[in-house]
Parts: sequence; C-alpha cells; structure tokens
Amino acid sequence: MHIARHFPVTTLVAAIAVAGQAHAQTAITVATVNNNDMVIMQSLTDAFEQAHPDITLDWVVLEENVLRQRMTTDIATGGGQFDVMTIGTYEVPIWAERGWLEPLENLPDDYEADDLLVSVRDGLSLDGTMYALPFYAESSMMYYRTDLFEQAGIEMPEQPTWEQVRGWAEQLHGTEENLAGICLRGKPGWGENMAFVSTLVNTFGGRWFDEQWNPELNSEAWNNAITFYVDLLSNYGPPGASSNGFNENLVLFSRGNCAMWVDATSAAGKLFDESESDVADTLGFAPAPIAETPKGSHWLWSWALAIPASSEHKEAAQEFITWATSREYIELVGETNGWTSVPPGTRESTYANEQYVDAAPFADFVLNAIQEADPTDSSLEPTPYIGVQFVGIPEFQSIGTQVGQTIAAALTGDTTVAQALDSAQRATERTMQRAGYIER
Amino acid sequence: MTLHRNSVAPANARSLPIRQLVLTLVGWSIALIIFFPILWMVLTGFKTETAAIADPSFLFSPTLESYQAVHARSGYARFALNSVVVAFGSTFLALLIAIPSAYAMAFLPTKRTKGTLLWMLSTKMLPPVGVLVPIYLIFRDVGLLDTRTGLIIIYTLMNLPIVVWMLYTFFKDMPKDILEAGRMDGASTLQEVFFLLLPLTLPGIASTGLLSVILSWNEAFWSLNLTSSKAAPLTAYIASFSSPEGLFWAKLSAASTMAIAPILIFGWMTQKQMVRGLTFGAVK
Repeated sequence: MHIARHFPVTTLVAAIAVAGQAHAQTAITVATVNNNDMVIMQSLTDAFEQAHPDITLDWVVLEENVLRQRMTTDIATGGGQFDVMTIGTYEVPIWAERGWLEPLENLPDDYEADDLLVSVRDGLSLDGTMYALPFYAESSMMYYRTDLFEQAGIEMPEQPTWEQVRGWAEQLHGTEENLAGICLRGKPGWGENMAFVSTLVNTFGGRWFDEQWNPELNSEAWNNAITFYVDLLSNYGPPGASSNGFNENLVLFSRGNCAMWVDATSAAGKLFDESESDVADTLGFAPAPIAETPKGSHWLWSWALAIPASSEHKEAAQEFITWATSREYIELVGETNGWTSVPPGTRESTYANEQYVDAAPFADFVLNAIQEADPTDSSLEPTPYIGVQFVGIPEFQSIGTQVGQTIAAALTGDTTVAQALDSAQRATERTMQRAGYIER
Repeated sequence: MTLHRNSVAPANARSLPIRQLVLTLVGWSIALIIFFPILWMVLTGFKTETAAIADPSFLFSPTLESYQAVHARSGYARFALNSVVVAFGSTFLALLIAIPSAYAMAFLPTKRTKGTLLWMLSTKMLPPVGVLVPIYLIFRDVGLLDTRTGLIIIYTLMNLPIVVWMLYTFFKDMPKDILEAGRMDGASTLQEVFFLLLPLTLPGIASTGLLSVILSWNEAFWSLNLTSSKAAPLTAYIASFSSPEGLFWAKLSAASTMAIAPILIFGWMTQKQMVRGLTFGAVK
C-alpha cells in the first residue's frame, strides 16, 4: 500500500537520476583569441558537440596579450580555469620546459600526426615530444600589385632582393593618388614591428645574441638593416607608418594604397577575397626578399592548441584538440565556410587537396615558405637560441617590445638609427645581466 | 541717484545674457569634449570595418552588419546578467557594511578615526596587479574563481573605501541635534539609523550607491583575471572582440555600445538623484 502510494514519486526520482546520469557531460573551457580562424572554430561548436555528446564547450575569447597574461597567471598558480589554451610557437617550448603543459604522447592513429608539416611540428615540440597541436601556421611573404608592375615594365624574379624592392618602391611610389611604394610594419611590439625587423636583420646577416648571449644590436648588420628599413619606409612608405601594424597594412594594401607589402602569409586569403579586397584581381605573390643571406628571411609562427597540466578534464580536452586540428576539421571548414577559409599551414594533406589548391593560388608559396623556415638555423652566424622572428627565451617579450619602441622612434625621426640601436643594446644588456645570462 | 541706478540696470541686463551665453557655450564645449569618445564609438559601431579604420569622417552609410556579427557570435544576455548581478550585489553589500561603519565614525569618533579613514583610502593607491597572485591563490583555494560571488566580494572590497568616505561625509553634514532629539524620545541606535539617519541622508546614500554600481560595471582588471566563462561580465565581452589579425574596430565599437547602453540609460534615469546626492550638504 505504502509502496503503491509512493511508486509514482519513487519512479519520478529514479527517472530524474537516470536522466541526470545519461546527460552527465564534461564541460571544457577553451581559451582563445579573436582571429578569423578561431571565430570559425567557435561557430562549429555544434558540430563538435554532436559528434561528442558527452562533451560541451565553453569559450573564453580575449585579446592576445590579455589572454597570454591571463593564461600565465592561471597556469603558474595551478588555477585550473582552462582545459584548452591557444598559444603560439614562442610559448610552447618555454611553458613545456616548466612542466605547465601536458605532453601529447598518445595521439590516436587516426589523427595522422605524420601528416603535420615537419617544421610546424618541431616548433611545437620539446625534446621530440609534442606539447601542442597546430591549429594554423604562417610564414611571411611579399604581396604586390601586378597591374602596377606590368605598367612599369617590372618583372618579378623568383627570389627578389631587398635592393630590388627599394628600386621598385622608388619607381612606383606616388604614381597613383595615395599610393605608397611599400608598406611594412612600424607599430612597436615584439609581435608587431619586431617580427618583421628580426627577419630583415637575419637576412642582412645579423643576429640578436652571440653564442655567449651577448646582445649584438649595435653591430654593423643591425645598423645596415635598420638604416635600410627607416630609409625605405620614410621615403616610400605610407604616411604615419610607425603606427601601422598587420591590420592597418592589410586595409591599406587591400584598398590599393600599397604597391608592395611584406607580411604574414595568413593575409593571402583575405586579400584574395573579392568581397574584402579591391586588389583581388591584381594580386601577386613572391617569396620574402633577401639581402646578404636567405637564412631567416621569412618567419614561422603557428597558433596551437595545448592542454595545461592543471586541467581536470585532460581526456575531453585531448578529444577536442585532436578534432580541431584534424584533417576532418579542415575539410569541414572547407565545405561549410569555403576553401580559402581553411586553417592553413599545418598539414601536407591540405596542400594535396585539389579543392584547396584550386581555390587558393597562393597555397604553394605558403607551403614553401613554411617548409623552408628553420627556427633552429635562422641567421648567418650561429646563435644559442631557437626562433626566426623571436628569441625563444622568457625575457624576449620585454626585450622585443622595448627594442621595438626604440626602432619606432628612429622611424618617426625622434632619434637617429645609431642612437636607437645603442639605447636598445644597453637596455638589452641590462635585462640579460639581470636575468643571469651574462655577467654584470 | 535714480538716474544712476537706471543707467546701470540696462548695462547689467545686457552683460548678463552675454555672460550666460559664454558660460553655456563653455559648458557645452566641455560636455562635448567629454562625450566625444562615446559619440565616436557609437558612430563607429554603425560603420563597415573598412570605413571604421579609414580617415575619420562623420559622413558614411550606416550599416547594422557589426551588430549582426556581434549578436551572432556570443551570448550578450549571459554577460549582461553577470554585470547586473555583480554590480548591484557588490553595491548592496558595500552599503550594508559601510553604513554602520560610517555611522560609527561620524557620530562616535575616536582619536584614531581620521587615521583609519586615511588608511582605508590608502588601500586604493595600491596597484591591483600587486595583489593579483595572492588573491588568485585564495580564490582558487576557496573555489571562488569564475563565480559571481567571488566578483561581488572583490568589487565590494574595491569600492568600500570610497563608499565609507562618501557616507561619512554625508553623515557628518547632518545636524547631530536631530539624532539627539530622537534619542531623547527613546529611539534605539537601530531606530535612530533606520528612521532618522537613512531617510534624511537618502539622496547621499543613493548617489553613493549609484557611483558604486557604475564603478563595478566598468571594472575590467579583476573581471578579466578572475573569471573565465561562467561569471564573465560585459567588460570581458568587450575584450573578446579585439583581434591581432583582422579588422575588428566596428565590431568592437558595436559590442562596447551594447555593453555601456544599460549603465548609460541607468545613469540618465538617475541623473537627478545623483546630482542631488553629490551636492547634498554643499549649501547649508
């Protein structure tokens, strides 16, 4: 009688309990930046959750520097707020060495890790073990307007030199209203002007440090490279070049205000898109120019997904990062968002895909640039560090930004190149002494 | 004499409108300068991404594409709800603590009251980043990371010195005789506070509360550092639209306009009370 009376209630409670168990889901928090490829990844949340009904995704999207600081605080204090982090080639080896990242040793066979481009995979590894999976990768190359080159009777060689680029910039500058001969990064920051400047210094035969970690910022090679850069951009660059970063130059070039632009390969898709670019029909590609040496003339960077050691949902997090960096994901983006929108530069199979190659005529340039970039051998003389456009040590963020500011000051004419480099040399020496790399 | 007075009066009548006109113009100019960044942000939200980064211009074809993109991407309502709960929750808690302490300091001062008040204010001079790691570790250990409760606690602590100071000033300006009269009539301390002090200083308390709400609403450092996905308020929502690769100014402006709209409307609605409160006791 009692049982009968309570039966519906008991059944209901049991049903709720079972239903609760059936829907027990692991929520993982993914920290990322607001780049277009990541926005697409976010928009495909439903596709992932349908394929993995036991996992739900929570997104934290922040500005790059805020995200880096936020993740560093969390990871250093073991906060465990994030299960997946979007980090770059610069952070992965440094954070892995400190034990902050989960080693990715047991990747499933169907992930096809061998399909990943070797240079990209190496950049995300420490002592042969991967600590992050590449979401997209980029190098740098030169974009130019074919219509202007044809009118001026200039033929682009297979490998342009910086001296040739200066001549062409002089020839083309001002031939149309508001046309700059060349656009380059001038906005200070280790990831802004210094990414470009480092490649320029490399190809002019310079390096950041000698083998004993002594800075070489006032060397002849640095002086030649920065004098060339300041002269080129001051005479043939757009007005206010010292405040132009990637985004600003992207707008200038896509509106036809630059005859040439040397920057990230990831701009190619946007410049080739007729809805975003006025120069889609007249867009030419060439490898990044060289000077004394081809070594380090173009950079290598990848945005990658890593699992922090403090994550409490490592298995679910690995499910997600293997999905988001998989061949299937790339195909899914190609089918849903168009083939020029797929995350580039990570897999051999992307460049073997006819649909992608047909849609993206820049594919070969990007692949070559990424494959040829060697972070372990990026300058004429040997160095103690890894990295093409950065130095893989924790102190580089502050060094790079400080040097970037002095070079921007030289570009605006506030100081001479020699003064800027002497000041940068002294500041870098002090930082390296304080950090214990060199004696006081 | 009469003649003299008559000759002065028209001169005053002439100079007054001119002075008023100049003052009005100066007032409007200052207001426009202060308001201009907000106006520009609102206008940028209605531009295309390329127009937003082009040479500054008031002439453009307005579009809602940025608002559509912002709306399509993220859950504005969730962020806005967090902002409302955290801003009003922390203000309520701050007033709850500050009213008794300001009462004690204003009406029952000791020789250390002034020092205590100055010490409280001095905590505002410490850069927040200096205590980020200890706070983060405490929050981690007690499970307050990414919770509204955690943010309410931190915002309460952040605003408490200002709230106590403002209430102390308002209470101090109130004639003590009124409270004494209440006491003579047999009112307890609680009755004194609830039936005399609070009703008489309500404009001041209201403006203090409004200021606390606005400060909590606009706070970005702690909200970005102590929340991730569940308790993130609108400041984190705005931060998510900045991008190192690709154009974002129009979308960022649209998101910012949506983020400040509720507090702007709230500010307009309560403008009268706020001004009344801030000038409360200024003219006796």
